[in-house]
Amino acid sequence: MNKRYGVHSIAPTVPTASMADIAFLLIIFFMLTTSFSLDRTTVALPQSEIRTEVSKDAAIIAITADGEIKFTDGERPSFSLDAAQEVGLLTQEITGFIPEKEFLIKADRLVRYEQIDAVLEQLRLNGAQRIGLLTDKETSRNSQ
Amino acid sequence: MNLNKRLRSQAEVPTSSMADIAFLLIVFFMLTAVFATTEGLQFQFPEDDPTQLDIQPEESIHIKILGQNDYVVDRSPMTDVELNNYIRAKLPQNPEKPVIIQTKAEVPYFAMVDVFDLLKYLKVRNISIPTKTEVERWEAFGIFE
Repeated sequence: MNKRYGVHSIAPTVPTASMADIAFLLIIFFMLTTSFSLDRTTVALPQSEIRTEVSKDAAIIAITADGEIKFTDGERPSFSLDAAQEVGLLTQEITGFIPEKEFLIKADRLVRYEQIDAVLEQLRLNGAQRIGLLTDKETSRNSQ
Repeated sequence: MNLNKRLRSQAEVPTSSMADIAFLLIVFFMLTAVFATTEGLQFQFPEDDPTQLDIQPEESIHIKILGQNDYVVDRSPMTDVELNNYIRAKLPQNPEKPVIIQTKAEVPYFAMVDVFDLLKYLKVRNISIPTKTEVERWEAFGIFE
């Protein structure tokens, strides 16, 4: 009904000019926040309230709920091991060069403790000094 | 001298596919992003010296984990809350008091982490987690039963 005033009607459009800006912003965000994790084993970590930052280049020993052990030295992707004894050999190789290397145990919360114990034993016997147990954040300790 | 009146199109870089490339990259980074866990509980192994036993039984607190919320602390059975109170009572006398965590083989890992977390929370500085051979050695010395 704009004929009366001689005004041209404009077709409704969604403004898409800023789409590329938004897209590049997201790209930059994901590029900066992505860290290529060397160990991609999915485990349900135990929870703890106290957590401290562990070193980024630490070796990781992952133990899944069904007992599979995976190892990464912090530089190469993780690979499966047959027995806890192999952790010892790999640890010895690393501690020979870097005695201060941190070793992280990323074990499923339901793993039997004897498996953790076997891995800890291998680490201790082969010169590992700094150990970390990876945990998830626990909700606040109740009334203690 | 403007004889050539043909319309010349402006030279430009084709940018229409830029958004496609951008979204492809977004999808790639979204799918590959892993929020890595980089926090946990840390401890150090002591120097391994079989000839020296620096922890005396009467000086340390010995926690034996039998299961979740089921502990034997210095020979008396305790729960989570009792353990908490026990450590709180003992610690002010000697903040450097060693606490030994011994876990039975069949206990799930999280039960041990619970105790470790509790000790860290109570600011116990000297936490010791002996492995199987150490426990056997200490048992041979009569420290553990």
